[in-house]
Amino acid sequence: MSRIGVFVCHCGENIAATVDCEKVAKTCAKIPGVVYSVDYKYMCSDPGQNLIREAIKEKKLTGVVVAACSPRMHEPTFRRACAEAGLNPYLCEMANIREQCSWVHPKSKATTQKAIDIISTLVAKVKRNRALFPIQVPVTKTALVIGGGIAGIQAALDIANSGHKVVLVEREPSIGGHMAQLSETFPTLDCSQCILTPRMVEVAQHPNITLYSYSEVESLSGFIGNFTARIRKKAKSIDEKLCTGCGECMNACPIKKNPSEFNMGLGTRPAIYIPFPQAIPNKPVIDRERCTYFRTGKCRFCETKCPAQAIRFDQKDELIDIQVGAVVVATGFNVVGTSFFPEYGYGKYKDVITGLQFERLLSASGPTLGELKRPSDGSTPKKIAFIACAGSRDPAKGIEYCSKICCMYTAKHAMLYKHKVPDGDAYVFYMDIRAGGKGYDEFVRRAIEEDHVNYIRGRVSRIYERNGKLIVCGADTLLGAEPVEIEADMVVLATAGIANQGAEELAQSLHISYDHHQFFAEAHPKLRPVETNTAGIFLAGACQSPKDIPDSVSQASAAASKVSTLFSQKELTREPVVAVINRTAPPVYSTCVGCFMCQSACPFNAIEREEIRTRDGKLIKTVARVNPGLCQGCGTCVALCRSKSIDLQGFSNEQVYAEVTELFA
Amino acid sequence: MKVGLYHGCSLEASSREYLESLRAIAPALKLELEEVQNWNCCGASSAHAMDHILALSLPAETLAQAEQQSMKEVLVPCAACYGRLAATKAELAENQTLKQQISERIEMPYAGSTEILTILDILDKVLTADVVKSFPQKFSHKVVCYYGCLLVRPPKITKAQRVEDPLMMEDILKRIGAQPLDWGMKTECCGASFSITRTDLVGMMSGKIIEDAILRGAEAIIVACPMCQSNLDMRRQAIEKAMGKRYSIPVLFITQAIGLALGLDSSALGLKRHFVPVSLLENQEAKAVATGKSS
Amino acid sequence: MENESFEPKIVAFVCNWCTYAGADLTGTSRIKYATNVRIIRFPCTGRIDYNLILKAFERGADGVIVSGCHPNDCHYTSGNFHARRRWIVFRGLLEYMGIDPRRIIFSWVSAAEGAKWADVVNRAVTEVRQLGPAKEFNEMRKSQAFEFRSV
Repeated sequence: MSRIGVFVCHCGENIAATVDCEKVAKTCAKIPGVVYSVDYKYMCSDPGQNLIREAIKEKKLTGVVVAACSPRMHEPTFRRACAEAGLNPYLCEMANIREQCSWVHPKSKATTQKAIDIISTLVAKVKRNRALFPIQVPVTKTALVIGGGIAGIQAALDIANSGHKVVLVEREPSIGGHMAQLSETFPTLDCSQCILTPRMVEVAQHPNITLYSYSEVESLSGFIGNFTARIRKKAKSIDEKLCTGCGECMNACPIKKNPSEFNMGLGTRPAIYIPFPQAIPNKPVIDRERCTYFRTGKCRFCETKCPAQAIRFDQKDELIDIQVGAVVVATGFNVVGTSFFPEYGYGKYKDVITGLQFERLLSASGPTLGELKRPSDGSTPKKIAFIACAGSRDPAKGIEYCSKICCMYTAKHAMLYKHKVPDGDAYVFYMDIRAGGKGYDEFVRRAIEEDHVNYIRGRVSRIYERNGKLIVCGADTLLGAEPVEIEADMVVLATAGIANQGAEELAQSLHISYDHHQFFAEAHPKLRPVETNTAGIFLAGACQSPKDIPDSVSQASAAASKVSTLFSQKELTREPVVAVINRTAPPVYSTCVGCFMCQSACPFNAIEREEIRTRDGKLIKTVARVNPGLCQGCGTCVALCRSKSIDLQGFSNEQVYAEVTELFA
Repeated sequence: MKVGLYHGCSLEASSREYLESLRAIAPALKLELEEVQNWNCCGASSAHAMDHILALSLPAETLAQAEQQSMKEVLVPCAACYGRLAATKAELAENQTLKQQISERIEMPYAGSTEILTILDILDKVLTADVVKSFPQKFSHKVVCYYGCLLVRPPKITKAQRVEDPLMMEDILKRIGAQPLDWGMKTECCGASFSITRTDLVGMMSGKIIEDAILRGAEAIIVACPMCQSNLDMRRQAIEKAMGKRYSIPVLFITQAIGLALGLDSSALGLKRHFVPVSLLENQEAKAVATGKSS
Repeated sequence: MENESFEPKIVAFVCNWCTYAGADLTGTSRIKYATNVRIIRFPCTGRIDYNLILKAFERGADGVIVSGCHPNDCHYTSGNFHARRRWIVFRGLLEYMGIDPRRIIFSWVSAAEGAKWADVVNRAVTEVRQLGPAKEFNEMRKSQAFEFRSV
């Protein structure tokens, strides 16, 4: 039999001004099942809580209703008080007679009656509450970081430095990402490689970090604290333990003219290659699609020249499974190429290039060793047109968003061009200038005032080639849409940042959400920018949306901190407001008929299939089972279930129907 | 291949050489052209600016006629007529109420089932390797192809590939042995219907086109639209006045180029009707560029 | 169907993360609204089995409000989509059963929309007051032999 205690709070004058608390307490004492009903000035205060604790012990209460403010305010407070008195905290409910009663109605009989109604509803509910216990889930204290760009590197270092193991998986032969391709970074014009390589080395040498380069995450299963990741280590065709990184193989390889990915197609590399001199690991890989041996069975020249005899043509991809407790996704972004722009030549003009390609031309380790040369004829460009917003902010091209970094790097490119070619002319066609970071606007001003870059506010409608020059047809809208035609030697398009290749497939294999541009979705745009809706998987860097280096690093450290928080506990404790599918004795086992509508409706993949078998292994039926580690307690499955086999602890059918019935009794 | 033919007014009047050359080459291309009976004006010059219903009714009536005459496909050589017919077909396909309304207005059933083809669509289909084999000579000249506006725009209706840099005409010309050159004015405006009201503007805009063609070393400009041909050819005086130079580069319809490869003579192809004399260097190895010499 | 002294009894099924929080905000902002509504809290509108709405009418409710997070903002990602889909099917059933669908008000109220909640309640009360008491279920109730078990 129930023995419910009702505690009506005055909350000073907040409730008492419009609700007759004394009358409420007296009336509630008469509700069947209520054995104790009092009112008090401040229930949340120490003496107030004491009142509850003592009543629980003296009156042997089986349930408590505190009629006061919103449960969103003080439910944890009163649940803790009950726990301290030995009553399971989930046997305590709050009746909201302040925010949803006393504060919104005038002093009247109706208001007092409403308070009574609210309390009696919750008494009916709490009579049917069951004792619930927090769910414990073990945690594997190893993190998986997917992506070895600056965000992945930062996250890996932070997690490793907090004492936990990290596995860093990178798709390319080397870590470093796009930051390794940059020549200088805004707003300081710091040499990108100089600030990045020490971190790359730290990752390689850190005792807590295991680096798998030229590898991909093939699948991820499990749940927070308990993931299993399958990693494909692609065959490099090199025995890394023997290879010294001397580079003799690269000199020996006869197939030298493959377009270099690192140089964005502007330079070449051999079929066996280290992508750039500061690569980590500094070991080559063989591009099996271009290597003569793999295509025709002949050559193997590198093998003969290798002093360490480290070439292994028979190497195969390796699949390894690892157990991790958390995942940080830092897979970065890509930029659209020049062929995306019909109005700029469909990519056929060699001297119309993207910002990233220009970056490689500027770079001292680039295809022209830092000398600015036109890809078409190697001459020095004397006039460059930079086009900002190439593709971005353009719904007609399907890219409505702003790519965030282009205004800054365009200013940087124009400045660096002027530093290299002081007698050259730089024109920037822009729509707006977005320079909102620290030192950013000053940087753009510098380009305009010190380096005399010409900024023209207008768009470019066409580029075509004539007599070896590129005719750039734009407009100057600050002069009233005056047409502007520039005969440029080179055009640099600040092309839109887009999701990296394979983003959609990766998101699907990890079960994280993504938007219609294949950028990964954060749990809440304002308050939870580094978490996903999948518990235990976090985001860092440009894979979530285009962003610059400081923001990527910040996000990476934030994600690392979330991982550290997760790992700081021995076990994960979760609220037991989870769904449960009934189980009963044979021959029924469960009223679940195995339709699995719940499984398809669950946004968190928390429902699994369970096979019920006889002792000798014969299958009786397959029913649904909720994973309490994943279930978030929304109850969608409960409402869906046609056989009413699933219920939500804390908001069970019994409780909820009792509330409704009581309301109109 | 048998298709319906809707050639509209220009091909009977100021651009009659387009129709003449088309009819002249049709037998060699095994193309049977059946004119749509009772066709009417497509309204390209002004209807669409005056009254939306009228603008839809005029092409719809011609299309309805084609349907009644059981024509599955209709060739529309004039790009302007094509633009109007295609736009009408697209709009009525989207809007059933409007379709009903127009059908009532023209007092004819309209199903929208006829396929509308440009000259380039047809030539692409019929100018196969087999057919070209029998051509007596090659049209081995350097040319630039001018598309003007209506052959590729609006992209959603014409479904053109490579709207900014189309290659359909070049492809067809290569088949007859021509050397199409890349140039910057493929789809730039010639001044269009300002031909009558502001001929000076046409002079400037078409002038730019002529200049670029000559710069690239073209011997002729190939077009597939009567308006384009008019502005670049008939308005040559206005162009020369605006640009202060003389230009002798001829402007040929694509059907005339094919006719020359077929060895047909200039009167059959209506070449004598042009304002700018068509005097292509017959020497197949000629590399000289026809520059602005006084003609 | 007009009854000057008739005060409708309305129950509101709301989700914890949006509408319940929004209703709290109404209180914090001290915005006044009609006293006829009793709120029952759910974790998500997806949890609301529409049999519950029928139960509410059966037990004497004159009107029901169902309110949750705006589409795309559901705390549990898609619970409110399920609620919305259910509502579309349920509406047809209600009409078939002869219950005026105007007695059920479906709304999206976010945690920031305190004023909107007050507005939803007031409008619901006005509407249901005009519709009069929900007589359809009174008969069903009388014929019910079912007694809710006491604990």
